Amino acid sequence: MSTTDTGTGTGVDDAAEALSTAPREDGDTAGGSPNLPRLGVLGWLRWFWRQLTSMRVALILLFLLSLAAIPGSLVPQEGVDPVKVADFLKAHTTLGPIYTKLGLFHVYSSVWFSAIYILLFVSLAGCIIPRSWQFVGQLRSQPPRAPRKLDRMPAYSTWRTQAEPEAVLASARDTLRARRYRVAPGEESVAAEKGYLREAGNLLFHIALFGMLIAFAVGTLYKSDGNKLVVTGGGFTNNQTQYDDLKHGAFFEPDNMAPFGFTLNAFHATYERSGPQKGTPRSYAADVTYFGADGKDHQRTIHVNEPLEVAGNKVYLTSHGYSTVVTVKDGQGNVAYHGPVPFLPLDGNVTSQGVIKVPDAVGKDGKRDQLGFAGLFTPTMAIDPVNGPHSTFPALDRPALFLSAYHGDLGMDSGLAQNVYQLDTSNKNLQQFKDAKGTPIKALMVPGDTWTLPNGAGSITLNRIDQWANFEIVYQPGNSLALTSAVCMLIGLAGSLFIQRRRVWVRARRTEDGHTLVELAGLGRSESRKVAEELAVLVTAVHAEAPTAAEEPQEAQPDSVPSDSLPHEDHSDKEQA
Amino acid sequence: MNIAAGVNEHMAQISNYLVYSAMAVYTLAFLAHITEWIFGSRSRVGRTARAVAAPAATASAPAVRVKQRGGGTAVLDRPKVVTRDASEDRGATDGPGAAGGSEKGDLYGRIAISLTTLAFLLHVGGVLARALSVGRAPWGNMYEFSVALGMVAVGVYLALLALGKNVRWVGLFLITSVLLDLGLAVTVLYADSDQLVPALHSYWLWIHVSCAIICGAVLHLGALATLLYLFRDGYEVRQAQGRLGKLDSMMERLPAAASLDKFAYRINAAIFPLWTFTIIAGSIWAESAWGRYWGWDPTETWSFITWVAYACYLHARATAGWKGRKAAYLCLIAFGCYLFNFYCVNIFIVGKHSYAGL
Ligand code: HEM
Repeated sequence: MSTTDTGTGTGVDDAAEALSTAPREDGDTAGGSPNLPRLGVLGWLRWFWRQLTSMRVALILLFLLSLAAIPGSLVPQEGVDPVKVADFLKAHTTLGPIYTKLGLFHVYSSVWFSAIYILLFVSLAGCIIPRSWQFVGQLRSQPPRAPRKLDRMPAYSTWRTQAEPEAVLASARDTLRARRYRVAPGEESVAAEKGYLREAGNLLFHIALFGMLIAFAVGTLYKSDGNKLVVTGGGFTNNQTQYDDLKHGAFFEPDNMAPFGFTLNAFHATYERSGPQKGTPRSYAADVTYFGADGKDHQRTIHVNEPLEVAGNKVYLTSHGYSTVVTVKDGQGNVAYHGPVPFLPLDGNVTSQGVIKVPDAVGKDGKRDQLGFAGLFTPTMAIDPVNGPHSTFPALDRPALFLSAYHGDLGMDSGLAQNVYQLDTSNKNLQQFKDAKGTPIKALMVPGDTWTLPNGAGSITLNRIDQWANFEIVYQPGNSLALTSAVCMLIGLAGSLFIQRRRVWVRARRTEDGHTLVELAGLGRSESRKVAEELAVLVTAVHAEAPTAAEEPQEAQPDSVPSDSLPHEDHSDKEQA
Repeated sequence: MNIAAGVNEHMAQISNYLVYSAMAVYTLAFLAHITEWIFGSRSRVGRTARAVAAPAATASAPAVRVKQRGGGTAVLDRPKVVTRDASEDRGATDGPGAAGGSEKGDLYGRIAISLTTLAFLLHVGGVLARALSVGRAPWGNMYEFSVALGMVAVGVYLALLALGKNVRWVGLFLITSVLLDLGLAVTVLYADSDQLVPALHSYWLWIHVSCAIICGAVLHLGALATLLYLFRDGYEVRQAQGRLGKLDSMMERLPAAASLDKFAYRINAAIFPLWTFTIIAGSIWAESAWGRYWGWDPTETWSFITWVAYACYLHARATAGWKGRKAAYLCLIAFGCYLFNFYCVNIFIVGKHSYAGL
């Protein structure tokens, strides 16, 4: 298996020289291994470098890269879904720590994954740079002279003619130039070459891989990516404190955040009304008024696939839900809270959960008596013994709010950050309102209802239902570099895979019997019958001007070519028939 | 964003009938292919067949000899071309095809191709009816994807045949796998005709997914050829050692290992840029839908793995010592990655690609 690319004969090897800048594989024949120990540090380094930049190692590294990417798709990833990682750690107490040590929860930034692609890119650089120089050299040089034995070339043709050798060669040159070959100057033979773009494409492709890597690195280091839940009528301005959560890269600077903001005016959603996929969302639209760096207001509607682009950031619509607008009066009869309270969806029909916290409530006795409500909201209410209250459709067909009420101390002063969507009911200072028999009391409210709490503790009114939308605000530089690199990769690949680099030689010399012996040969590096086809075209053109000499004896078939076998890959006879 | 008109149930029904009819006709084509192979094995195959196929070699114009693997003569229409190939050379010649020398076998082979064409037309009708029924690109879930992929695979095969390429040998294997694909689609993967979730509403659905389907279909052909290459290669080794088995009559009728290898390489290399484009298009779509062009979502990760695996295969082909069987294994692994991405990742691994419809 140690055949080289073009090893069909000594002449061919020489003639094929520099037909490509691909490095010769020397791994199999690495002679001199006995004296490896005497290489010395420099020698070792050189040896290491040669190994690293060989095609074989590139191959192995590529293979390793695809292998190494696999665990990241099977093990939950912190960057993709941190909740799942936490669940996994909880469920697998022995495996979890091992995975953590191995970096399996962030495969694509782990040491070993990085090591592979860094080595690959070092190898790539070590490969590309010399190849580029070589290619420039090839562009400046002429196609090599015709080898002595043309009949050893992969494609060959010959005949005798009475035309003058010069005329034959001139005709060949014209034909080749017309077919955009580069033709080397020369007297008794013609050497021509075509398809340099293949090499150029190959280099472009590999260089574009670097562009892609840089774009990816810039994107990861400078990016910021945060979420903001906005209720209708509410707004957002781009500032670190405004985000519900904000992830960012290592080089992110909060002071340099772009100035922009928006207000959510309205939100519209439509759902499948019938069929097996009833309830599946069909469209989401958020009407916003936004301002950018120019400070002026603009109107836009944001759809799921159509983010708002403003000041280098993109604002995506990611999810939505309902918020209840409530008025809470305390024991003194004062309005202790009025406003929207977002509820978070639990299922596809937007059965939602939320809490209403009223820290400023004062009891009948004039002492502080905070109020809290835990609620379940259903846009289309249904109750059954199995599921309890739940929603059967995501649109606001039959909205209802189920509440239980608490009073006492919400525990908000403890200094610990509190989840705004949860009520800490384990807190002993927080008591649930109960009836005379001691069973907790609950209320089912529809918009407009008021629930008066026992013992004059206050009341809550459900004024109306609003919607909220969650926006993801993304700043990621390097996108256009990534796209440019991708396009270069495509162009380079197409050139590299679809263009054939090939050489053609023509020789014409006078023989003793006064005729001219015409010889044509073609050589390509890649696996293609194109070389033969092109040579056939050239033969036809030259033969038209230098026809076979009349009394020519039948050419003996060169080499031992059995004429009775028809290899399958030549269908041209059928095609043209 | 407008909601496309609701689902046309009637059209959906027609689509299902058409897909089932196509499957029935594919089954007939499959049987005809089997018959072809059986008759072929009875005729004392290639030895006689090759003599029949030999052209009357008359050429008044000078011949271009292209040195052929095995020293075969390739005859270009007028100026003859004789090739000598650079790749590894065992001297094997291409087999005569499934029918061997049998005229009856050949007749059944032709019937198989006619039936395949008919089934293909029904298949196209099924996909079109599905598209009309939902008023969008007919590849919004795994069922539709599988059906469209089978259609493209058969379409590419028929197109190659129409172009006069010698690909009839793959017929039986292709029809078998398309039947499997459709069988899986209508049983396990079936999803009713319906609209899409908002994230899939985009013209990128047309571009990205259709490219993925074309790539899958063509890579599938490449993988089939590679698989057959491995079998035929084993056969040629056994032949050289003079220990042929009974079933080797089948192998004998396939093209030479080198031809299969070359066919597989060409088809894989030709589609690789489109696969690259598919991933780029997907990234652009992801950027507009989710805010990042690359997020290592399982589906994204596996298309990356598939891409790298094919890049690996192409590199292997360019490196001496890695051609032949080693490269072939890489090709099969790479296609395995494509399949894994489609079946396993969509069904078993939860990611952002809410594609399965299961
Ligand atoms: C970063 C990872 C790499 C990827 C994704 C990659 C991808 C590819 C692809 C898809 C091809 C096929 C296109 C063609 O034949 O022109 C190719 C060819 C080639 N690659 Fe790479 N490559 C990578 C790294 C390297 C490295 C490190 C080297 C050098 C050691 C290298 C050297 C070559 C050469 C010489 C060819 C041309 C083979 C020929 O002319 O047939 N590549 N590469």
